[in-house]
Amino acid sequence: MRYIEPHAHMVSRTTDDYEKLALAGCEVLCEPAFWAGFDRSSADGFYDYFRQLTEYEPRRAARFGIKHFCWLCINPKEADDPGFAREVMALIPEFIDKETVLGIGEIGLNKNTRSELAIFEEHVQLALDHDLPILIHTPHLEDKLKGTRLILDSLASFSKLDRSKVIIDHVEEHTVGLVLDAGFWAGMTLYPESKCTPNRAIDILEVYGSERLWMNSACDWGISDPLSVPKCALEMRRRKHTPEQIEKIVFDNPYKFLSQSPRFRI
Amino acid sequence: MLSKRELLDLQFIDARARLIDLAAFLDRVERHGDEADIRLNYFKEALPILQENRPDRAKAVLEKFSDFTPELTDTAPFQGATGAPIA
Repeated sequence: MRYIEPHAHMVSRTTDDYEKLALAGCEVLCEPAFWAGFDRSSADGFYDYFRQLTEYEPRRAARFGIKHFCWLCINPKEADDPGFAREVMALIPEFIDKETVLGIGEIGLNKNTRSELAIFEEHVQLALDHDLPILIHTPHLEDKLKGTRLILDSLASFSKLDRSKVIIDHVEEHTVGLVLDAGFWAGMTLYPESKCTPNRAIDILEVYGSERLWMNSACDWGISDPLSVPKCALEMRRRKHTPEQIEKIVFDNPYKFLSQSPRFRI
Repeated sequence: MLSKRELLDLQFIDARARLIDLAAFLDRVERHGDEADIRLNYFKEALPILQENRPDRAKAVLEKFSDFTPELTDTAPFQGATGAPIA
């Protein structure tokens, strides 16, 4: 089975994981810029990170026949200091035209603060200025519903925003309807302990249909599974979803959304 | 799509195990003292939702553990999340 992993933080994973992904059928992998598990001490740390995303990881993935793309931003966990965040954002123009950069992401909110929202909106404007897609992170656990509502309210103020070029990630049962009803794409993250389990993600597909939805592992430095997408595909087969239904959610849908970026060529 | 019987054949044992695990978790927590913790309050308030006759129990449980305050905060009190609105 071929599939696209649309959200994985491979800088935190081993080369062995690339091999496992390739063996499972992963042909394309997209890596949003995110938190490293600790706060970086200077903007220089992000300069090196952006080089890693745009230069090193594509080469590491290519060794296993996987095409690697990335998204750039300062993540919301490190955006509560707006001065620092703007210093990092000033680095993005140097990288934004690299051939594997898809757009701006994963931006969003973490603890739903004023500064996080201000930096989020500056990122949205940056994406609009460059006519690029946007990938949005929604907060964890008790903060998710409030953060998703704040993000949706904020996006409504951008009159020129094409909602079909925005994906709001990490939806769960209490936020997926809000996102889809507003006309955005929604991402379901498959995590062992938080976000969606494979069975809950399949439930969402059965209730809401499969239009404007994708699923991802968002594997990173924490408790996560880089093979959660093919494992969910296996669970879909056990629940008698057809091969066409599985192909749509693991390949066709991410391909359709990502193809809106001029750099996404596979 | 599976029939109800097929779905139960596939998942009943797993769901049964998870339910027993929840019961054991409550036993375990209460065996370790009687100090109050707001997270446990939210947990116990969510349990009756499982018995309600509705099609969106998962959504309702998630909402039970959600922060419904409307306003932005000035600064992040900490970076992570606790699973229940404790502030």
